[in-house]
Amino acid sequence: MAVVFQKPKSLTDAVLHYCPGCPHGIIHRLVAEAIDSLGIEGEAIGVAPVGCAVMAYDYFACDMIEAAHGRAPATATGIKRCRPDNIVFTYQGDGDLASIGMAETVHAAARNENITVIFVNNAIYGMTGGQMAPTSLPGQVTQTSPYGRDVAHCGWPIKVCEMLAALEGPEYVARVAVNNVKNVKAAGKAIQKAFQNQMDKKGFSLIEVVSACPTNWGMTPQKALEWVESDMLPYYPLGVYKDRTAAKEGEAK
Amino acid sequence: MAEKTERVLMKGNEAIAEAAIRAGCRHYFGYPITPQTEIAAYMAKKMPKIGGVFLQAESEIASINMVYGAAAAGMRVMTSSSSPGISLKSEGLSYIAGSDVPAFVVNVQRGGPGLGGIQPSQSDYFQATKGGGHGDYRMIVLAPASVQEMASLTVKGFNLADKYLMTTMILADGTIGQMMEPITFEDVQVEAYDKPWALTGTKGQRKHNIVNSLYLKSDELERKNFERYARYKVVEENEVLYEEYGMEDAEICVVAFGIAARVAKNAVAAARKEGVKAGLIRPITLWPFPKKVLRQAADQVKAFVSVELNMGQMIEDVRLATECRKPVSLCNRAGGMIPSPGQVLDSIREAQKGVC
Amino acid sequence: MAKVTFLTDLCKGCGLCVNACPKHILAIAKDRINKKGYSPAVMASQDECIGCAFCATMCPDCIITVEK
Repeated sequence: MAVVFQKPKSLTDAVLHYCPGCPHGIIHRLVAEAIDSLGIEGEAIGVAPVGCAVMAYDYFACDMIEAAHGRAPATATGIKRCRPDNIVFTYQGDGDLASIGMAETVHAAARNENITVIFVNNAIYGMTGGQMAPTSLPGQVTQTSPYGRDVAHCGWPIKVCEMLAALEGPEYVARVAVNNVKNVKAAGKAIQKAFQNQMDKKGFSLIEVVSACPTNWGMTPQKALEWVESDMLPYYPLGVYKDRTAAKEGEAK
Repeated sequence: MAEKTERVLMKGNEAIAEAAIRAGCRHYFGYPITPQTEIAAYMAKKMPKIGGVFLQAESEIASINMVYGAAAAGMRVMTSSSSPGISLKSEGLSYIAGSDVPAFVVNVQRGGPGLGGIQPSQSDYFQATKGGGHGDYRMIVLAPASVQEMASLTVKGFNLADKYLMTTMILADGTIGQMMEPITFEDVQVEAYDKPWALTGTKGQRKHNIVNSLYLKSDELERKNFERYARYKVVEENEVLYEEYGMEDAEICVVAFGIAARVAKNAVAAARKEGVKAGLIRPITLWPFPKKVLRQAADQVKAFVSVELNMGQMIEDVRLATECRKPVSLCNRAGGMIPSPGQVLDSIREAQKGVC
Repeated sequence: MAKVTFLTDLCKGCGLCVNACPKHILAIAKDRINKKGYSPAVMASQDECIGCAFCATMCPDCIITVEK
């Protein structure tokens, strides 16, 4: 018998601190699998966020840095501009990337900074105990929107992929999900492409991964994945929002 | 016959930029703000021609976090700004301190608080020497008083940052930043330090490096802080810099740094001419503060005068260093105003009268 | 012929593998608790396993190895 599935080498043996059923573990694995299959573990430098994934530096076996809240794309820019031959990625949540770090996100994209951004959207602040996120759905109940997100009071959720795709800068912007086997496999492919783009010096690639937070959503892990399908994905449709290379090839044809 | 040493006429801000390049800095991240933008402009022109990187960030916050990344990658890197911009960078300075990576930061001060003005000031003394960002940390703070020192202390600043794995800040002001003086770069001595902690990629040759300031276990965080302060202690013991003028027989000791010290020096000379035994101690490192020499002076002089371009900030350190053994008075202007030598001379005379 | 191995002590009993299994041969062992204090996932009928690795694909804790 041959091994057909095992833990990727780019993950350390550290035990993940995430809650039972938290898809962060799946997304970590997809990133590590992409690094493994591209053979770039020795070149990779990861930037961890502030939020639930803050301790990602313990989980990835490559060199890692822990950035200030929202500043991961700026920190990654500093590293990449110094070491253009290394493969630099950030791993950020929705509060980190789309709220406090929105300026850093937008400008890294506008500069077409040659980095890979993994953006985990689970529509809530997990680490601080379940507050409203910039991506919380209209009507979504959280600790700081206890009567449901009232868009007349606190505005609308931000659709990051749609927004960034409107910029001239970025190379590749895509939204994937990890709520079932099929979507996890597609997410893995998109993440690998985002790293490949950097190796090919194509520029800024952002993969938004629609994820779940069973604990703070107050659901079982399976129910949370079903809620992703029924409530999140209609608001955040999956797909490739920008692929400059594919668009150019399309024009050429 | 050619001159042995080349003298060039430069603006203070440009001297910093040129000295940084000569010190091996090839990465500059910044955001425009008066009165230091010449540094960015100089870097924008020079860096692309020497294989370096100049990048104008979207904000001061982004630029300091780019510095954090570049420093973690093991590079000599810098940013520069002026007072309101340094407030924005303070978060990043705290992370850089907490992660023990070396950085070089310039603050060409302007008057505050708030948007304040664009004229010279020294009102960020507290911010520079006592923190600014959150948590227990220190920065080495160098206070140049001439364009030559803008250059020399920049080179020294990069060396000290690498040596002690901390931020060195040049605390200058709009006057020294903008004025021109002839200088040389003959004293440029670049010290090289190994950076085994740097993010280079493991190349499959070693365990992964982690640059981080998060320690959720209190005992571990406490240990980190104690280790860092043990290192700061070494800095305090070995890296204090100051200049003395007329202190041999001084009865009145003027304490001033940066541009204020140049005004004060003239006043001290004038006082001596009229028979008042005045002297000057000019701290060059504001942290570590020259405590020992001030404490010794307290046994010799009758009074101290702290001359500052703020509402009285360094005066607190003068009182602490002298253990309040002698009276310390303040001679100050604020908001972008600079005291005249006459004003300082008056303060020296007052101090002399007060103790007679 | 396929084999699924769990690092049982690291399992958090979330059940995502159980739901992902097309053959419905995984279960949460309600009668046991592991070192972490969770009831872990277990293989109920190894012979029926087809080695599709759906369980491992959905496992957030990377504790499943699949051989075929």
